[in-house]
Formats: sequence, structure tokens, C-alpha cells
Amino acid sequence: MMDDFFSRAIIAGVGVALVAGPLGCYIVWRRLAYFGDTLSHAALLGIALALLFQVNITLSVFLVSVFVSLALLILQRRVTLSADALLGLLAHSALAFGMVALSFMTWVRVDLMGFLFGDILAVTPFDIAVIWGGGLLVLIVLAIFWRSLFAATVNLELAQAEGMKPEQANIIFMLLMAAVIAISMKIVGVLLITSMLIFPAAIARRFASGPEQMALMAALIGVIAVFGGLFGSLQWDTPAGPSIVVAASIFFIITVLPSAIIEIVKSIRFNKVKNE
Amino acid sequence: MTQLNEPLISLNNAGIYRSDRWLVRDVSLTLGSGEILTLIGPNGSGKSTTAKMALGILKPDEGSAKRRKKLKVRYVPQKVSIDWTVPLKVRRLMSLTGHVTKDEADRAMNLTGTLHLANAEVRTLSGGEFQRVLLARAIAFKPELLVLDEPVQGVDFNGEIEMYELIRKIRDELQCGVLLISHDLHIVMAATDRVICLNGHVCCSGTPMNVAVSQEYKDLFGARAASGLALYEHQHDHQHLSNGSINPESNPITFVNQMTNSKQSSKGDKHDG
Repeated sequence: MMDDFFSRAIIAGVGVALVAGPLGCYIVWRRLAYFGDTLSHAALLGIALALLFQVNITLSVFLVSVFVSLALLILQRRVTLSADALLGLLAHSALAFGMVALSFMTWVRVDLMGFLFGDILAVTPFDIAVIWGGGLLVLIVLAIFWRSLFAATVNLELAQAEGMKPEQANIIFMLLMAAVIAISMKIVGVLLITSMLIFPAAIARRFASGPEQMALMAALIGVIAVFGGLFGSLQWDTPAGPSIVVAASIFFIITVLPSAIIEIVKSIRFNKVKNE
Repeated sequence: MTQLNEPLISLNNAGIYRSDRWLVRDVSLTLGSGEILTLIGPNGSGKSTTAKMALGILKPDEGSAKRRKKLKVRYVPQKVSIDWTVPLKVRRLMSLTGHVTKDEADRAMNLTGTLHLANAEVRTLSGGEFQRVLLARAIAFKPELLVLDEPVQGVDFNGEIEMYELIRKIRDELQCGVLLISHDLHIVMAATDRVICLNGHVCCSGTPMNVAVSQEYKDLFGARAASGLALYEHQHDHQHLSNGSINPESNPITFVNQMTNSKQSSKGDKHDG
């Protein structure tokens, strides 16, 4: 089964979805959508550095993401700027440094599109091992620190007062995010990682009645999007990575649409009644 | 255990300095098991800041703040806003920072009259309901130290007296230390063992009666507050229904006007303001 490139793509995609779902819930709860973007921009710098120093790309992306995350934590304490401004600064600095570094290496011909949108159909058995091994590790760490991370998300001071060590939880969260960006970059590409994090969580929010339930649902929805996107891309010969996001996007619209239509119908009726 | 007589928390000349000014300075206090200590003072007098120092949320820039090791703490902050993107029901909130059994949670919710809200989404609660739910969460854990920052916000007047009575009852039952923050003067006085008056520093402290008649207290809250002050003393003049709420047939409010303007000497601590 592992010989077939399509099966490998499914296995890899499912691995990414299972990790991105629960972590994505925290991205949504903490309103950190832009944090995912920042890390994926920083990933480009990671790629450039990996090529420059001839090291493993996943490792290099992970380290750069960790560096950017820690820079954010430190800057948040020292500088009187809001988080979104700091994320903007970091994202574009990392992106610009990455592009400049790449331009120096005239001998390297980089398939930029490949990094931006990923190439899930080219994953190797080794990639799958990285995704599932790394992903499992991320999920285990997330489960261990779940209570303190969730408490810190709900209320930082409460968590601090009641011995939940929220600062430690925040650092762990940043590390987990960096790890997910690093292992999933090759699958969906730096531009689409954020959607793998946000879409399933956003869809799950409509149906979940508790945080743990929402995390499990998000993982499941991510898996469905991967299947939908990959089979769609096979069917209509569309690029695989974007197809997964399109599938998630359609999923989102379908779940939002019924209630949106009901709202519109209601307001029309209400206006009619008012005008009569 | 040797720890038993050690105070739960102690602040020693502690102060917090932010943006070129002292939010609060020179605060010394200790709180032991089974004791209710109330911080009162006007807006911006540093009550919450002092509580946060005691809890370890803020590190004092001067002086020291100590807590007993492995102290079981529960905190009801002044303002908690829960992001609506988080799906959170009251029952799940009960075990936010530590495991509590269903029975313990139910009992705590019953005491605060919020059991019927157990399956409600937290963001749909009213201010008063949310405040009661937060109190239920805090007591369900059976803490050694309970810190309540304006716990009666959004709770109506009768509910307010009930809340303070409940806090006293919890103290009696758990023998926990309670640090209470309040800006309303009269009702809280009856429910407390010691009062500290804050206004950027400790203005006066002592038993409620001593503080209420002290000159510092009058200066702080104005002559009107001091002269018109009626101390509510605890008298069980109403009945509870089986669900913990008050029987509306019974008369739930009694004021005992024990406050006269007698020249009782102030036992307030030193005042340098």
C-alpha cells in the first residue's frame, strides 16, 4: 500500500489533519490565526537556511519557528505593541530574510511553488514516518499539558493563581505549533498550513459543546477534508494541496449555509411584518 | 505537621511599581487558616493589585510575598471574560484547573444556587449567575485559600447578603482562609474577621467595628459614609428553601444599627497618608 503515491498522500494527509485539528482549536480560541501565518512565513527562512547549511529542511524549519515563537514571547513582554503588530513585524521580517537568503544562493534552483503549496503526492515513506512520529509526539505532549493549556487559554490570571503554570504552558504551545508547521509544510505548503489549522476548528465550533469534543471533531473534520480534497484532485486533476483546502472550505460553507439562510428568511419575514 | 501555624499567605512591605508610579506600597498582611480578611478601599486603591501579589500573579517590586508551600488556592477574579469561541459549559468550568468529582461540583453549585445552570453554556450566563458559578467552582475544590475579588458584583442586594453568609459558612466548613475584596462597606463588614483599609497603602486595619469608627476610615470614605453607616450584623432571619435559595416569605434583610458616632478610640494601625 505504501508503494502507491496516492495511498501515501492519504496517510500523510490524515496524519497532518489529526494533529492540526486539536492544535487549531487553540489557534481559534486564542485568536492566533495570524500566528500560524507568521510561522509559515518564517518557514521560508528555515528552508533558505537549510539549503545554505545543507541540513534537514524539517529540522531547520522547526528551529526557525521556535526562534520566531520565542522572539514573540519576549517582545510581548518588552515592547508596548499589540500582538498582531508584533506578529506582522516578525512574519514579514522572516519572509524577507528568507527571500534575500535564497537570492544569494544563485546555484540553488528552488521550486518556490512547491514550498508555497506543498507537494503531498511526492511524500516518501520517510516523510510519513516524520509526520506520524512527530505528530504522535505532539499529541502526547498536548494531552499531558491539556488542562494547564486550556486553563491558561480561558483565563491567564486564574491559571497563574491556581498553580497551572500558564507561562510554561504557553511556551509548550509555541513549541508544538513550531513542530506542526515543520512536519506539515511539505504536505500542504507554507501558505496552506494555516487553513489546515483553522478550517477544521472553525467548523467544529458550530457543533461542539465542550473543548475536548471540539478538538476531536476538528481532527475528524480535517481527515474528511483530506479525503475529499485528495479524491477530488484525483477525479478532476487539480493540485492536491489546494484541493484539500477547497474541500475544507466547501465543508465550512455547507455547515454555515443552512443557518445563514434561515437568518435571512427570518429577517425578510420580520421586515414584511413590520411594513404591514 | 509543623506547617499548621504557618500563615497561608504573608505580605511584607510589598509594593507594585508600574509606569512611573506605585500602584500600592508598603502593604503588610498575613492570613491564617479559618480567617476571613477583607480589603476595602476606593477605586484604584490597590485592592486587586494586593490580592494579585498575595496570589503570586504579580511579583512585588519591593518587599516580599510568601505563600505556604503547595497551597490549594482558588481564585475568583474581579473580571473574567470567556471568549465566545471556546465552547464551555458550566459543568466543564468546574474542573478547569483541577479535577473535582461530580458530587463535589453538584454540591457546590447547589450551595450557590446554580445547579440548574450545570449544562448551560458559560457565555449565556448573566453577570450575577456567572459570579455565582465562579464561586461554586472555587469552593467545589475545597481550597485552603479562597481569594474573592468583588464576589458580589452583579448580584442583587438580597443575593449579596446571602453570598457573604455563604462565604462565612464555607469558611466554617472548610476552615480555609478567605481573602475578600470589596468596595461596599456595610454588608461585608459583618462577614469578616479583620478589615484592611487600602488607599495605595494600608490606611488602617483591625476588626470591622474598630475600623468603622476610626478617623482614617472616615477620611477615606467621607463623613456621609461613616455617619450613615449601618453595620449589618449576622442574624439568621430568613429560611432557606431546599434548593438553597431563600424563602421569599421570610424577611431576608435586617439591619442592626449599631453604629453610633461615639468617640470610640480607633485601633487603626499607623496612618501616614
